[in-house]
Order: sequence, then structure tokens, then C-alpha cells
Amino acid sequence: MENYYQKDIECASPGQIKEWQDERLTAQVQHMWDNVPYYRAMMEKKGVKPEDIKGRDDLYKLPFIEKSDLRENYPDKLVAVPLKDCVRIQSTSGTTGKRVVAYYTQGDIDLWEDCCARAIMAAGGTNEDVCQVSYGYGLFTGGPGLNGGSHKVGCLTVPTSSGNTDRQIMFIRDLNTTILCCTPSYAAYLGESMKEMGLSPEDIPLKAGIFGAEAWSEEMRHEIQNTLGIKAYDIYGLTELSGPGVAFECSAQDGMHVNEDHFIAEVVDPDTGEPLPDGEKGELVFTSITKKAFPLIRYRTRDICILSREKCSCGRTHVKMTKPMGRTDDMLIIRGVNVFPSQIETVLLKNGYQANYQIIVDRVNNTDTFDIHVEMTSEMFTDNVGEISKRQNELVSALRSMLGIKANVTLVAPKSIIRSEGKAVRVIDKRKI
Amino acid sequence: MSVSQISVFLENKTGALNNLTSVLSDNGINIQAMSVAETSEFGIVRMIVDDAFDASTYLKDAGYIARVSAVVCATISDEPGSLHRIIDVLNNVGIDVEYMYAFLGGRKENHAHIIMKVADNEKAEAALRKAGIELLDED
Repeated sequence: MENYYQKDIECASPGQIKEWQDERLTAQVQHMWDNVPYYRAMMEKKGVKPEDIKGRDDLYKLPFIEKSDLRENYPDKLVAVPLKDCVRIQSTSGTTGKRVVAYYTQGDIDLWEDCCARAIMAAGGTNEDVCQVSYGYGLFTGGPGLNGGSHKVGCLTVPTSSGNTDRQIMFIRDLNTTILCCTPSYAAYLGESMKEMGLSPEDIPLKAGIFGAEAWSEEMRHEIQNTLGIKAYDIYGLTELSGPGVAFECSAQDGMHVNEDHFIAEVVDPDTGEPLPDGEKGELVFTSITKKAFPLIRYRTRDICILSREKCSCGRTHVKMTKPMGRTDDMLIIRGVNVFPSQIETVLLKNGYQANYQIIVDRVNNTDTFDIHVEMTSEMFTDNVGEISKRQNELVSALRSMLGIKANVTLVAPKSIIRSEGKAVRVIDKRKI
Repeated sequence: MSVSQISVFLENKTGALNNLTSVLSDNGINIQAMSVAETSEFGIVRMIVDDAFDASTYLKDAGYIARVSAVVCATISDEPGSLHRIIDVLNNVGIDVEYMYAFLGGRKENHAHIIMKVADNEKAEAALRKAGIELLDED
């Protein structure tokens, strides 16, 4: 028996979905034109007026919004409602100190939580379930989003947030947690820890997990499913668009349904920006058609994926996206955190090192390892082991406060980082995803 | 008054020391004393060589990070108690030794040379000289 949170919407006819999208997009474009001078100027530059947009088929006429536009308008210049109507912000970890701040009205939070509630019910959740949210709470959208969704479904919500593995396991066992929400690598880690404690899947009350915020492979899914004795479901989202729940997996476990009543998904050629037909691989672009405070039109996610409109066995009619297959930029997702090499460069230069470094990411026992090799410089070298170690520790702390996760720093000999055609290889990603 | 020491940054990995000594060997540099301070990831090789400035130029050309600094070198007789004597002198004037290493023979038979890194070379040398301890100077 498939569970739905909003069956009429989730299983609506394609015609109905198009009708919603046409009407909501038209209104959203007018809303942006009226309230966001920056986007109005972009439209004017492209020679588009709100009356040119009559529905989804006119979407291609509109200018893209890029991440650089969000940074340029930090913190609130893209907000489309008076600040008195906003009730919350969430934020991404930022490059070179500039974060993206997303604003929400109460209505925006409601629709975001609805999306998360759909994901929980698609994973088999009901008000009989105990849902443990082990995503971080705070500025990160993972915790607050699934927390809200869990409330809407009526689950008993256990807001453990991330970390403290022993306590996570204690609550799973003592409270009979049935649904776990966290990053896939943390789920794998919890599974390993429980195995070490001598627990078999029969001793673990969990039945399903909703895992997102980082890329994971089918092999990893099988491993998590086997160790925890659960069904593991993927969830997709971006802070810029609300957070987790933009798309979610159903019982078919084969691609994620985009919540098309709230978001229009397009795939475009990353070089030309030309829209590509369904089934072709390209960059995912989203338009939020119902959010009021921080609506984005044609936002380029930099994620590469494929959209599919094939009929799904779960009964849902909304378009499905594959797991992101890569990025069009150099962003890395490490333990669920977005890391740009440029952030590392900034910290190195600020701490007296040169920008000669190499990032090595691997996945050991289903957890990402994150190493940065930094070339020693004559300025940073002293004849004192303690002093070098002290500077190294200062660098580790500075990186941690910039990136939000800890990296192992190794000081290496000058010119020892491989350079191909004079250009250093900055990133070695050994993860097989 | 003091002697010149070269400190070189090395990664703690197989072959690192071999590469360093081959540069010195190829350029005809004679190593008179050497010590290696290591952590799990990197090491500092400290050396007294016959020509510190030549050696540091060759090393820098070969891509190493090398630094020349002044250290105190005391010459003591090769017998029990002689090391204690110099440490005692330094202790009495409140000078801490950051690190030290020793080599036997070398420039004077039946003697040992003690190389010490201290915060204040001049003060250490004055105290040692006052106590009648022989100091090694650059030639």
C-alpha cells in the first residue's frame, strides 16, 4: 500500500500539473517584476515583460539566476516581500565568507514542510512512526526541514540533530525509532557502530531511512539497507529553493519525484543554456513558483542529471530526476557539506601559505575522508617542530571555521604537488559514487 | 662566535633523506654533524656542514626549503661528567636548551662537540667561556 501525504496533488494528471504551473509561474514572474528590482532589471535587459510569460512553455524566455547573483545580493536584496512578513532564514555554508541567506514567510515554511512530509510518507511513514532527525539543526536546512515534515505527518519526532553516536543509538533503541533522517554517510556510520555493538538488523527497530545532502551510490544504498535492515530513500534539495524535499524517492527507489506543484524543473545544456528534452543529460534548473519571500526563477543548480516522465509504479505523476551525476562547477560535497576549492585557497593565503595545495577526498567505510596537502613555504618554515605544528593547527582551525567540517592537513615539500601542464591538480576525488 | 647550522624541511616519507644526501654528495658538501627531528608527517633535518652557505644554495636550487641559523657548539672532553658541566652552567644562568645533538671526534680528537639551540647565543657563550669551556667557531 503506497502512502501519500497529498494524494490529489501527488497523483494529479499531467494536464492538471501543467495548469497549476502555468498559472503559478505567471503570478510568480509578476511578483518578481513588481518586488525584486534586480530581477526586473535582468528581465528588461533580456527584453522580456511579465505579459510575455503566459505559462510553462514561455519559461525559456526568462533570464537565469546564478549563484553569483545570490552572493551579489547578500543578504536580502532578492527578498520579494517586506521583511516583516518573513519569519525565518536558513543559510548555506559560504564561499569566501559570503553565504546565501534564504528568507521564508510562514507560508513558505508550510510548503517546504509539506514537501518533506510527502518524502516521509513516500518512505512509508505514518503518524504511528517515530522519526529521528539526525541532520544538523540550525542554519543548515536538513534538520529543520525534516523536523517540520515529520510533524506534518504526525510522527513522534526525535530531534537529536547530528553527532553523538552513542546517544543516537540509545534513542533509536529506547524510543523504537522507525524512520531515520540523516546524511547517507552518517547512516552508514551508525550502521557500522551498531554492528560493532553486536546488534543485528533484527535488534534495530528502524524500517526506513531518508538520506540526502550528499551523493551516494547504489552500492552504498544496499550496504546501508543490509546493515540497518531498512529501506533507504534519497531526498534532494537546496537551501536556495527551500531545503530538502524539492524532490524525493518513492517505493520504486528509482529516481526522485520533483514536487512540480511548487517547483518547475528543467534540464539545460550547461554551456549554451538551451533547454534539453526529457531524457537528456544536462544541468538542472529550478523555478520556485509558490514561494513568496525568496522566489528564484530559472536557478542554475550546477547539478547534472536527467529528467524522466515515464510512468512510475508508485502512482505519482510528478517528473522524476536521477541522482545528481556530477557538477558543472568545482564544488565538492564532503560529508554533506559544500566545499569550494576557492574557500581553501582563501584560508591558505590568509594564514601565510601559498595557494599550492591538493584536496584528496575518499570514502572509507562509507564515510568521506578529507585531506588537504599544503606545500611548505620558506616563509612558514622555522627550525622548530613545535612552531610548525602550532601553525599547522591554526590552519586546521581556520579551515574548519570557513568550511564547517574538519580537514586533515599535511604539510608537504615544495613543488611536490603534481602539476599537469604547469597547473596543479587541485582535487583528487577517489570516491566511487 | 657561533657556528652555522642548516635546517631543511623534509616530508616524512621513504626516500626523502636519500634525496637530500644525494644533493649534498653530488655537490661535494661534507656533513660534519646531523640530527633529524620528526613528526608523523614531516621532519626537520639539522646539519653542520663544511660550508653552510654553499650547501643552502645547492639545496634551494634543488627545491628544498633550507634555513641557516647560528647555534652554539661547545667542545668537551670525551669522559663522564663533561656534558653535565655545560648543562649545569647554562642552568645556573637560566638558559633553556631548545634542542641539542652531539658528535664525537670531528675537528678535535678525544673530544665531543655539543651543538645547542638556545634563545640567546651570546649570553650562553659568555657563560660557557667564563666557566672555561671551549667553544667551536666557524673557521
